Amino acid sequence: MSLLELKHIYKIYGELHALDDVSLKVEKGEWVSIMGPSGSGKSTMMNIIGCMDKPSKGEVLLDGVDIAKESAKNLTAIRRDKIGLIFQQFHLVNYLTAVENVMLAQYYHSLPDEKEALEALDRVGLADRANHLPSQLSGGEQQRVCVARALINYPEIILADEPTGNLDEANEEIVVDLFHKLHDEGTTLIVVTHDPEVAEVAQRTLVLRNGRLHKEIVNQNFTGKIHFEDMESFRKEEKGNA
Amino acid sequence: MFIRMLRGTLLRQWKKMLMIAFTIALGASLASAMLSVMLDVGDKVNQELKTYGANITVVPKASSVLTDLYDVEDENGTGAYLREDELGKIKTIFWAFNIVDYSPFVSTQVTLPDGSEAKITGSWFNHHMELPTGETLDAGIGSMRSWWEITDGTWLDEQNAAQENSAMIGTTLAERLGVKAGDTLRLEGSASALDLHIVGVYDAGGDEDEQLFAPLNTVQTLADLDGKIDSIEVSALTTPDNELAERAAKDPSSLTVAQYEIWYCTAYASSICYQIQEVITDSVAAPVRQVADSEGAILEKTQLLMILITILSLIGAALGICNLVTASVMERSGEIGLMKAIGAQNGSVSGLVLTEIFITAIFGGVIGFLAGFGFAQIIGHTVFGSAVTLKPMVIPITAVLVVLVTLAGSIPAIRMLLRLRPAEVLHGGH
Repeated sequence: MSLLELKHIYKIYGELHALDDVSLKVEKGEWVSIMGPSGSGKSTMMNIIGCMDKPSKGEVLLDGVDIAKESAKNLTAIRRDKIGLIFQQFHLVNYLTAVENVMLAQYYHSLPDEKEALEALDRVGLADRANHLPSQLSGGEQQRVCVARALINYPEIILADEPTGNLDEANEEIVVDLFHKLHDEGTTLIVVTHDPEVAEVAQRTLVLRNGRLHKEIVNQNFTGKIHFEDMESFRKEEKGNA
Repeated sequence: MFIRMLRGTLLRQWKKMLMIAFTIALGASLASAMLSVMLDVGDKVNQELKTYGANITVVPKASSVLTDLYDVEDENGTGAYLREDELGKIKTIFWAFNIVDYSPFVSTQVTLPDGSEAKITGSWFNHHMELPTGETLDAGIGSMRSWWEITDGTWLDEQNAAQENSAMIGTTLAERLGVKAGDTLRLEGSASALDLHIVGVYDAGGDEDEQLFAPLNTVQTLADLDGKIDSIEVSALTTPDNELAERAAKDPSSLTVAQYEIWYCTAYASSICYQIQEVITDSVAAPVRQVADSEGAILEKTQLLMILITILSLIGAALGICNLVTASVMERSGEIGLMKAIGAQNGSVSGLVLTEIFITAIFGGVIGFLAGFGFAQIIGHTVFGSAVTLKPMVIPITAVLVVLVTLAGSIPAIRMLLRLRPAEVLHGGH
């Protein structure tokens, strides 16, 4: 059984089909990128996979449970227990320190444990910045706090929405390295991005266009940071479209 | 963690929280000021109204029966009297503290020098009493007929030995007899005749202008009524009647034990009358309906006005809180969305926001209460010329009102918070 399975998902806003009959499977421990231009339905898909929205039609099976039929309260509980979220805008609470921001996720999950939160920050290389406020951290550091917060409750899926969108090249590399580490540890990663550089390092890239699954590119030789043929051709194709 | 978040948000948003506290303080100050004045205004208005005369009359039971049966005043007397030596007992009843003033009356017909007859009433003017409780009291018509206008001479001073055989005369009678202050008038009563020195001419604006007023013992001597009095007028601070008081006034025995306790221990005119009857032998005490009703009506209208001001001020405060809290929630929508996204249920986010607001409300409420008590003193001194007493019940009432207003003001923000979807605030819907 796949960890996540979307079956004929539709998300319709009036006349607009944000998602139009999308089906996909994500296996446990897999690293999947979701790519596509603005308005292609990436965020809508992320909201649905992240239990922050429900499809208009179709089934979303997470660990065999159809989350499309769950109540808002249950969706919050599923999100808390099974999903770690990383956002482009970081969304750290600006009056809490780095370690407190990590503990916030523990607080709503079970019990805050400062030692464990410090260990999570250590994993992302921020042990020495634990007591700094977000305003005292660089963009890359803030995103690493976000990663620590996302993984603190040992979620089944880490769902990242444009995780490098606000980062410079050096910080982008640090974050992608972190994803490699998490993947090596067996974490399932779903990364929504419009950046081919970030998408291409995944095992599989799903390309959305106009709410439909336009293309699926599999990195047959997935070993880490490699550029593979299909992705190169996709980039050329995108340039041509632009 | 909750405390850390609370501390962080209160410190981070201190300016906004200060505005909310200020709004709550404003509402609480008006509410506590109005409540303090409203609860004290009864006594204040009563004291003001006392200048318009007595609100309870006490008469012998026999003459009361005649009045009840035939609905006529006992002009000629029934031969029934109250005892002068029992007058001090009025200040020993349960509601003695509410008895502001009282004065006995005894009347008789006297023959004037021109052969005509007139009524002379004996009373206290400024009588000094040593009460059974050890206290002293200065009572009499000097204060209970404060509306009398002295057109000639002065008020009779009972404490002045030189005015022992003195009297005051009404303007109508004085004009008819051609008498003025300083003259002496020979009066022949049923028992004896006395030469009385006229110390003052008064204008009462009614029947009393055709009478004479003299000290109680002078009239008792003229009519040979030593130690006897016709009636007592009592000026008491009373609580406006309600259904219980009206029922008790008809028949106290119809009340249950609990109702009787409440009635007896509340300063209704009827319960004060009942207690006066208990200490004055063979007496009937009754409220002067017109005065008692006017007092009640004025009091009720004053209190209604205060209640309306309180309600309006609280609505204003609730609207202010509503705007500020809603703005605060809107400003923090990203943070609240994030909390929900990482697993916070609506209850815990609402709990955090409400706790912040209530901590602010406590701060604002205490400041507002103290300021309100200050406002009450200003109102008391400006309107009534005296301080407003702090009634302990104002504190819990203000606290409850602050809680209700804060809750009411927070409802729209909490509703918005409950409807807030993390997907909409953390990144676009689609």
